[in-house]
Amino acid sequence: MYNFTFHQPTTLRQAVNLLAKNEDAKLLAGGHSLLPVMKQRLASPAAIIDISRIPELSGVELKGRSVVVGAGTTHSEVANSQVLKDSIPGLAEVPASIGDPHVRHRGTIGGSIANNDPNADYPAAALGLGATIITNKRRIAADDFFQGMFTTALEPNEIITKMQFPIAKKCAYQKFKHPASGFALVGVFVSKRGSDVRVAVTGAGANGVFRVPEFEAALKKRFNAKSLDGLSVSADGMNNDIHAGPEYRAHLVGVLARRAVADANARKD
Amino acid sequence: MPTVSLTVNGKAVTADVDPRTLLVQFLREHLRLTGTHVGCDTSQCGACVVHLDGKAVKSCTTLVLSINGSSVTTIEGLADANGPLHPMQEAFRQNHGLQCGYCTPGMIMAAVDMVNRKGNDLDDHTIRKELDGNLCRCTGYHNIVKSIAAGARAMAGGAGQQAAE
Repeated sequence: MYNFTFHQPTTLRQAVNLLAKNEDAKLLAGGHSLLPVMKQRLASPAAIIDISRIPELSGVELKGRSVVVGAGTTHSEVANSQVLKDSIPGLAEVPASIGDPHVRHRGTIGGSIANNDPNADYPAAALGLGATIITNKRRIAADDFFQGMFTTALEPNEIITKMQFPIAKKCAYQKFKHPASGFALVGVFVSKRGSDVRVAVTGAGANGVFRVPEFEAALKKRFNAKSLDGLSVSADGMNNDIHAGPEYRAHLVGVLARRAVADANARKD
Repeated sequence: MPTVSLTVNGKAVTADVDPRTLLVQFLREHLRLTGTHVGCDTSQCGACVVHLDGKAVKSCTTLVLSINGSSVTTIEGLADANGPLHPMQEAFRQNHGLQCGYCTPGMIMAAVDMVNRKGNDLDDHTIRKELDGNLCRCTGYHNIVKSIAAGARAMAGGAGQQAAE
């Protein structure tokens, strides 16, 4: 790891000021993505701004027809949140497949969304539920937020404070785990909220998380796995690496979407 | 250099540290608590698991400055210095839950955390699933799973009790 100066603000305002003052600064939440890349010297920020002690970034709260989740909420807090288990069970189930119990005690939902790793789970959940990403400056729809591998709409001096998830009781996430890393080789999040049906895919796309409009149109007519009969996604634009080829990933998108729809329908309201 | 203050195994410690210092380095190199191991240094193997404010974490992926003011328990702090072993340690001993022993401190800290979260009656499936973040290259896990089930039961009977087999 290259050296850096360390800052641990206790208010959002302090954090924003530190971010403005320190060129080449990185925000640190749980550190489970950032510290490994710093150890590998793939990242060498001059300043670390640790935002894990900022009360404004914590908490899970029911707000009308949505649940607002603080960016600093850890994976284990999301998994154990009674509010989320009751209102968006499909979202509460997502972190169970992230890392391991120790990692889930430190890693945060805001960190995962800000990092936008192409194989991460939460980007699929945020896009698949039509979440709103709330920052110190503005509100950004998930559809506009994720802009390709490790790329988001966040500006240099912007900090995610909360995520607002609309309540979609019919929703589920299905993931084909890479057996060693646990990351999503492919993960599909589906949701149905009134006439709004979403299918979001992580892990598969060469350019990060994406939606599948053909699947969504078919599921809008009838939200049933059978509606996807005969439909498939093209291997064009799928990720190709040592773990899986594009055709295999494209096939998994169809398989996991069907399983996710079946899961969402099997849930008791 | 910035200063960090922690409570480690019940004792208050304060030290000046390089900002890059990881919790595991602080424990091993500053405090000479070498029971916590570094296996992979990439947050996969779990040899470095300690309890941070009562929750199991990977100390190789935590900056010590990040947790200023927190309380840390390592394998050295699980049982009293000259008293009997903690029931989970005793269960690993009774059930031969180790071979080379390198992963054992992390296994035991993870196992105690597992009991804290999941209770004293743990089936094999739960234990194997919850051991996702702890690798052992010797045992094939069989006796580790047995040890944890026995240790979990013994913890219900209070500290210091012999592991039920």
